[in-house]
Amino acid sequence: MTIRPRDHTHQPPALTPAYRSSQLRAPSHKPLRYAPSRTEATGPTFGHDLIGPTDHDLIINYARPGETAMGERIIVHGVLRDEDARPVPNALIEVWQANAGGRYRHKKDGYLAPLDPNFGGCGRMLTDGEGRFSFRTIRPGPYPWPNGGNDWRPAHIHFSIFGAAFAQRLITQMYFEGDPHIALCPIVQTIPDPGAIDRLTARLDMAHSVPMDIRAYRFDLVLRGRDQTLFENRMEGA
Amino acid sequence: MKETASQTAGPYVHIGCVPSVAGLEMYRGQDLGAKMLSPDVTGERITLHGVIHDGSGAPVTDAMIEIWQADAEGRFDNPAFLGWGRQATDAQTGAFRFDTILPGPVTQDDGTRHAPHILMWIVARGINLGLMTRVYFDDGPDPVLDQVPAARRQTLIAQRDGPKLRFDVHLQGAQETVFFDV
Ligand SMILES: [Fe+2]
Repeated sequence: MTIRPRDHTHQPPALTPAYRSSQLRAPSHKPLRYAPSRTEATGPTFGHDLIGPTDHDLIINYARPGETAMGERIIVHGVLRDEDARPVPNALIEVWQANAGGRYRHKKDGYLAPLDPNFGGCGRMLTDGEGRFSFRTIRPGPYPWPNGGNDWRPAHIHFSIFGAAFAQRLITQMYFEGDPHIALCPIVQTIPDPGAIDRLTARLDMAHSVPMDIRAYRFDLVLRGRDQTLFENRMEGA
Repeated sequence: MKETASQTAGPYVHIGCVPSVAGLEMYRGQDLGAKMLSPDVTGERITLHGVIHDGSGAPVTDAMIEIWQADAEGRFDNPAFLGWGRQATDAQTGAFRFDTILPGPVTQDDGTRHAPHILMWIVARGINLGLMTRVYFDDGPDPVLDQVPAARRQTLIAQRDGPKLRFDVHLQGAQETVFFDV
């Protein structure tokens, strides 16, 4: 079992000058490619005992007893698969986000919007046997960020995902259908493929909404595929 | 299906992955991956440490680093040693530190032997797709290292000082670390 080479047509390049922070942090050499070995094809696994009962509920996991986070209540759910459409079970997903006003609970975030005493902004979960995940949160607010102009991030939730292999490790961001900031955002626009941006955009899912309680958004994730075929152990790009 | 597109981890990755570094009390105060060792782990104790620098030489003070490695016998299925660690770089200095063990050489299904190495994955603001590299402890022979152009090979070899192994990362510039698309 090995990992299929990454298809970079759907991934942002390292250097994307319109996103200024990439200018001094993008390697100038092309990354070298070698045939994945046992090290890349294995990865850490995490047990269900790791996950606390409210870790996947950002509405209450930081709130005072009996209280809840401020904002639009939402469920985010989907399926984690690989490129061959196989579900990825027991995979750790971690999420973090700003509060409803666009403020992060981080010692380095000094944005004007106030902190919500009942919102921490982080959660985690394991996918089930069919690769499914679900968590409750509040819809985060857009926020301004320093990039040389008047730049605002679209509302987004950050995702960190583990697969079965360390080479499948991925961090990304989820956006919300209909947000006009998606088209304006230099970070979103680092992705060269419009279809790939569309797949980062969660869809309102009324079928999974709970009447008089909470609306649902659907967001599916795909990790790199695992191949049986061995490819030649010759480095490319060297 | 196509792999989901990557996006930068941003400057606030700590909230989700190492909440105590954000100043956030979550998950009973335990950051996942902070502690790799327990008394049951056999192997030579090492401290892998260094600083991440950007293309201007400035320290990268908002990165998150994960490492994945074999145990002292070159195995990835040791119940006493997960082999995975996670640390943030220091908010002032860009320094990182992992207390772990020296991995053993890893034998592949076809009998090929990889010299002891640790896989390292770096994310931060300004990094659009996580950067993967390998930390080695000497200059091989190794089927991956041997194919890296000789002039850049030293960027992958940690400098030993007793139990301390120094591995500085340069994201860009004359000393740019070799990164892999693997
Ligand atoms: Fe963000």
